[in-house]
Amino acid sequence: MPKKITVVISQAQGKNPAKRHLEEELAATLLFDPDVDMSIVPHLYDLTADHTGMLFLKSVPGDMVICSWMFPRAARWVLDRNGVKGHEGVSLLKPAAADDEEEEEEPAPEPDRSNALGGLNLPKRRIYCLDLRDQSDAKVYLEEIQRIAKDCTVQTVDLQSWISGQPKGEQLQRYLNPPVNRLNQEPLPATPAAALLEEPTRRRWYPVIDYSRCTNCMECIDFCLFGVYGIDSVDRILVEQQDNCKKGCPACSRVCPENAIIFPEHKTAAIAGAEGGSVSGLKIDLSKLFGAPTALEMAVLERDTELVADGRDAVGATVGLPRRQTEKPRTHDKLDDLMDSLDNLSL
Amino acid sequence: MSDHLIFMMGKFEARIPTERLFAENHLWLKPAGDSYHVGFTAYSVRLLQDVYFLSWSIDPQTVVKHKQEIGEIESSKALSTLYAPSAGTILEFNEQLLHDPSAINTDPYESGWLYTFRPAPGTALLEPAAYVSLLDAGWEKTQRLIKGQMND
Repeated sequence: MPKKITVVISQAQGKNPAKRHLEEELAATLLFDPDVDMSIVPHLYDLTADHTGMLFLKSVPGDMVICSWMFPRAARWVLDRNGVKGHEGVSLLKPAAADDEEEEEEPAPEPDRSNALGGLNLPKRRIYCLDLRDQSDAKVYLEEIQRIAKDCTVQTVDLQSWISGQPKGEQLQRYLNPPVNRLNQEPLPATPAAALLEEPTRRRWYPVIDYSRCTNCMECIDFCLFGVYGIDSVDRILVEQQDNCKKGCPACSRVCPENAIIFPEHKTAAIAGAEGGSVSGLKIDLSKLFGAPTALEMAVLERDTELVADGRDAVGATVGLPRRQTEKPRTHDKLDDLMDSLDNLSL
Repeated sequence: MSDHLIFMMGKFEARIPTERLFAENHLWLKPAGDSYHVGFTAYSVRLLQDVYFLSWSIDPQTVVKHKQEIGEIESSKALSTLYAPSAGTILEFNEQLLHDPSAINTDPYESGWLYTFRPAPGTALLEPAAYVSLLDAGWEKTQRLIKGQMND
């Protein structure tokens, strides 16, 4: 029996007709694809842990493709936080604008991430996150899903290590009582997918930690004064009380030295989980020169605004500021050498 | 005494007129009645090069905070958000530039003015000499900023 891949379409917030159209086009085609189990859930970021949509996602045991209206990094770590874990599936999909420039751009050197925590207890399956904002043509997504589906049928899921290892109760349950839909060879009727939508969601706002970047430095927990962050049973930083977070405030993301804290709905791409840092392409960003507040100044201002809104006193820069400048003495490294040699060139 | 100072940006001479004041974010302020005309200094313009597009995100007569975002500029070399030079009120924008921003390049100190501005009471502005020292102190960092980004 060929293994089916699960494709989940996570709907956009609101009722943007162009977005709805793309979702419907994808769903209509995937529904009749014999190699695909298709489901629709509301916007991933808004799902609470006990929402039917999230419970469904948790019940999917194998490889999975998630199409959502956010950066792939954001989608991946939202799922991870909810216990929907897996290795990162590599998508070949690129934003439409990047296609033609690709040749000219030199990839920025990958920052050293050897100190990062990394994902914890990742099962042997892959989760592919596709960003629905990348392209407007459903065909591009369908082709990519076909490619991934083909790729995945070659692989085998190593069930043996789950069973002979130490499966969590939840995993064992899933193995013994697979969700009913997965036993059907018939394409999913439209009703179960639609049923997932009946439970309404409300808009949420909370940080999402990218553990492939996070070094557990704890600057976010020191900085945030609203009790959002906590520590898990193995002393890893955790977004514990998501809904304590203040809507619109991305301050902790700005103080994070590794750019590991994502607010998927923030207007700045780097905060919303874009892969690289710069969004301006080949042009220089002179904002700093023309008076842009530093990230730290912004973070302090944003936090004060929320404190005052809560009827508390503004604390300015007196509480929980990054210690990195004082604690780590800087030594002259290779990057400095490079900078010095550049300085010796004329502009 | 000459009517301007010179700041050397590599081989380029950035002219800094002495009959007006300056803000740290590389703008000049020239008294006009009870307010100031504000524009980019030769230093800013040299870094921007040919300006293609200028847009403001606030309306005239808006009270702004220091470093508040007020607009955007795109040039052949750069993209930047623009920020208020200090707390105060932005009174009106140079309408000419919204149709054709090229005066920023051809005549930055006169017809290339950006907006009229009334700083909040107690705002400290820089004398020309102080602005040139600021340029001196920041030049190395600026070159680093530009080269760093070009090597991304």
